[in-house]
Amino acid sequence: MDQGRPGGEGVNSAFNWLFDPDHWSGPTGFPARILEHLGYTGLSVLIAALIAVPVGAVIGHTGRGTFLVAGLSNGLRALPELGLLTLLVLLTYVGLLPVVVSLVVLALPPVLAGTYAGVRNVDRSVVDAARGMGMRGPSVLWRVELPNALPLIVGGIRSATLQVIATATIAAYVSLGGLGRFVIDGNNAGPGSPDGYPQMAAGAVAVAALALTVEGVLALAQRLVVSPGLRATNLVGKNT
Amino acid sequence: MNIDWPWPWLERNLDDIAEATGQHLYLALLPVLVGLVISVPLGWAASRWRLARGILVPLAGVLYTIPSLALITLVPLALGTKIIDPLNVQVPLAIYTIALLVRSVSDALRAVPGDVIAAATAIGYRPVRQFLSVELPLAVPVIIAGLRVAVVSAMSLTAVGALVGIGGLGQLITEGFLRNNGVELVVAIVLIVVIALLIDALLLLAGRVITPWTRAGRGVKA
Repeated sequence: MDQGRPGGEGVNSAFNWLFDPDHWSGPTGFPARILEHLGYTGLSVLIAALIAVPVGAVIGHTGRGTFLVAGLSNGLRALPELGLLTLLVLLTYVGLLPVVVSLVVLALPPVLAGTYAGVRNVDRSVVDAARGMGMRGPSVLWRVELPNALPLIVGGIRSATLQVIATATIAAYVSLGGLGRFVIDGNNAGPGSPDGYPQMAAGAVAVAALALTVEGVLALAQRLVVSPGLRATNLVGKNT
Repeated sequence: MNIDWPWPWLERNLDDIAEATGQHLYLALLPVLVGLVISVPLGWAASRWRLARGILVPLAGVLYTIPSLALITLVPLALGTKIIDPLNVQVPLAIYTIALLVRSVSDALRAVPGDVIAAATAIGYRPVRQFLSVELPLAVPVIIAGLRVAVVSAMSLTAVGALVGIGGLGQLITEGFLRNNGVELVVAIVLIVVIALLIDALLLLAGRVITPWTRAGRGVKA
């Protein structure tokens, strides 16, 4: 297939670039870049969830430290992702670690907020009933509050994942792999060159497709984790 | 990283910083304003017709999901703009604002109590005036809440434009990164965060000032 007309900025040259078989194999092809992108995203969201779910659950359960949840999500929204990434890389070194640290930082607030809100919003009568049956704090949290909160926890993980997918794209600027490479490399090649704008647009289409696919999968997961007991009575509706 | 005492660098580059800040505000705030103006009628349509809601709300979700760098890159493809056109940043920001606000506006309008609307109709308000002076004001607190998120996100997302050569404070971030100039980088980040939080506080205040009834009604819960 041709490499796209030199300097062509049209839809055709972008699609030719996207569907060129040469760009679908090897370590710099789309499949490899998609896997890298998913790898960074999965790793960062996993670390963020391992930190934020327990912390959010304890804050929601005890009601102590609520300010942390609101403060963190408001403060971090204003922080430019590009600034955080470049600053951390400049302070340390060019590599995976500083990037993953920034991605984790950005993924923490949504997971924390989702878990906190999920645990906090569990119907008080349900919690009282559990206590009335003789359950202690940890077992109320573990067996009643967390299962009830699961849809909102997954909701938090869902927004965190999308935020991380978007930021991992930007991270190509500080030499990370992933789908952002196509956009950054295309721009570096000079938008007018054959591997310029067509490559950028192809990368952008791939990023968008990846984000929408992951969003769809997670939306489905969010529906599946609603406890069967809640589905019938529709108790979840008022929390979401 | 080069961590000099920041004042000499700041003093030498004050003009450039001021210019980048002004450009950043123009890049970030204009689209939010345009987005707000567009999302009021769209939100109204979504609150009124089920079909409009069924199309607009999922569409907003899809657009909001697309990562910023991807959307910025795809604008030239859709609109035929040059790669460094400010519109490439502004159009995505307007789209994000609309995606965020259409839902807020529609939900807020749907939440206006039926008896308030009935009362306004009974006094003789005609539809347009009723919308502008009864329904829309009652929706203001929710709209302001959405607008605050939109403005703060726009301030930080504008920086992404620097990756494809569109100015603003993001340009200082990339320049600071490439020149290993930590001061420049930190100045840009701090300016973005501080200005975003200032605008956020101003919106919060403005929202309170233009909705005095939300305070008057306190304690006499309707």
